[in-house]
Amino acid sequence: MLSKRIIPCLDVRDGRTTKGIKFQNNVDIGDPVEMARHYYDTGADELVFYDITASSDRRGIMIEVVRRVAKVIFIPFSVGGGLRTLEDMREVLLAGAEKVSVNTAAVRNPRLIAEGAQAFGSQCIVLGMDVKRVPPSPQIPSGYEVVIHGGRTPTGIDALWWAREAERLGAGEICLNSIDADGTQDGYELTVTRMISEAVSIPVIASGGAGKPEHLAEVLTRGCADAALIASMVHYGTYTIPEIKDYLAQRGIPVRLTW
Amino acid sequence: MVVVVDYQAGNLASVVRALTALGARSRVTDEPEVVAAAPRVVFPGVGAAGRAMAVLRERGLDEALRQVKARGVPLLGICLGAQIILEFSQENETPGLGLLPGRATALPRQPGIKIPHMGWNRVEFVRPHPVFAGLPPTAEYYFVHSYFPEPARPEMVAGITEHGRPFVSAVAWENLVATQFHPEKSGRFGLHILANFLAWDGTLAQ
Repeated sequence: MLSKRIIPCLDVRDGRTTKGIKFQNNVDIGDPVEMARHYYDTGADELVFYDITASSDRRGIMIEVVRRVAKVIFIPFSVGGGLRTLEDMREVLLAGAEKVSVNTAAVRNPRLIAEGAQAFGSQCIVLGMDVKRVPPSPQIPSGYEVVIHGGRTPTGIDALWWAREAERLGAGEICLNSIDADGTQDGYELTVTRMISEAVSIPVIASGGAGKPEHLAEVLTRGCADAALIASMVHYGTYTIPEIKDYLAQRGIPVRLTW
Repeated sequence: MVVVVDYQAGNLASVVRALTALGARSRVTDEPEVVAAAPRVVFPGVGAAGRAMAVLRERGLDEALRQVKARGVPLLGICLGAQIILEFSQENETPGLGLLPGRATALPRQPGIKIPHMGWNRVEFVRPHPVFAGLPPTAEYYFVHSYFPEPARPEMVAGITEHGRPFVSAVAWENLVATQFHPEKSGRFGLHILANFLAWDGTLAQ
């Protein structure tokens, strides 16, 4: 049976992780390579690096991080943030990432999904979607709107329509981030996660709002997510990945326990 | 020395990195002469079967891989490389290399089962094999695929995985082994399989 994936997400700026991170065992709190190794050793199923530098002149720094990470971990990882062209994608994949995540650029130019899938395979292309709850309207019947620029810019695009469209264009996976839940640590947005996960056949990674293990249990069962992104709850040392996985396993949720 | 076959299908670099981490020297090549004469061959790949076969034929790598199989040197197929070793792939309705009888088949679509099968899953190794020795039964491996290999003869099946239904996730016959999952991305146990392959002489002697 396919395990539900637990995926730590690291925000990287100028080659360093940005959140003040507190580990017990002598991990350099700002070095993404050391953090990647730490999460690999403690049972992460996959990793996501989000480059919040995201300007093309600085891209080289991130590429170097990707190259170093790829030498020390042997699980899949994806890179997102500011990837606009096939050439951006190719650079990140050649440096060792398994997948690339596109968000704003795909909204502006949906062909990027199709071209990326054509060039590198659907399994490489993750559509990152930021969504926000709005009153249902003829334009946005699902009641969830796609937003870009980290949630600042509404697009007038219905989230459910966009998820289906991305699947049709060849995205291999959707990483769904609720702007309403993001940063709250009050739990994932279950309604939209379930709605989208049931509407597409590709896997959906839930993102935004994780604060404790029961939030993951909820989104992986009632929310129908295939994977859960986590950040603060492990970065600050509040929980470890084995603790989270044990909690989920005790509730009958399939997770990878041997690594 | 391990030769990694380059036929423009996906990220060979992760396979090379895993081999390097295990202390192996590897050479990535698209030259059929080098492949045909190699002492040990890894045949990885992601992407579509039709295009992959077209590139292999165009470069003469199809014939080189047949020679590798016939010479009896250890050969490891990974993911797409576990599918197009067969005679036919349902993906793009394309003939395969025919190193083994059988065909690659689509995972059936059914409610509640996500396709592609993406993520970590167990493999039940159904017969002893040097490449799959020493792995705990609870180990999981990383998969990402929509098709799977169906060798014509049951004795060619080395491992079974469940996703909506049981499917063949590992194949072994003579000097050929193949995994539908990615050992290079399956953590410690995936590296263990690659290390076993590097130490394997291509026979079933234990």
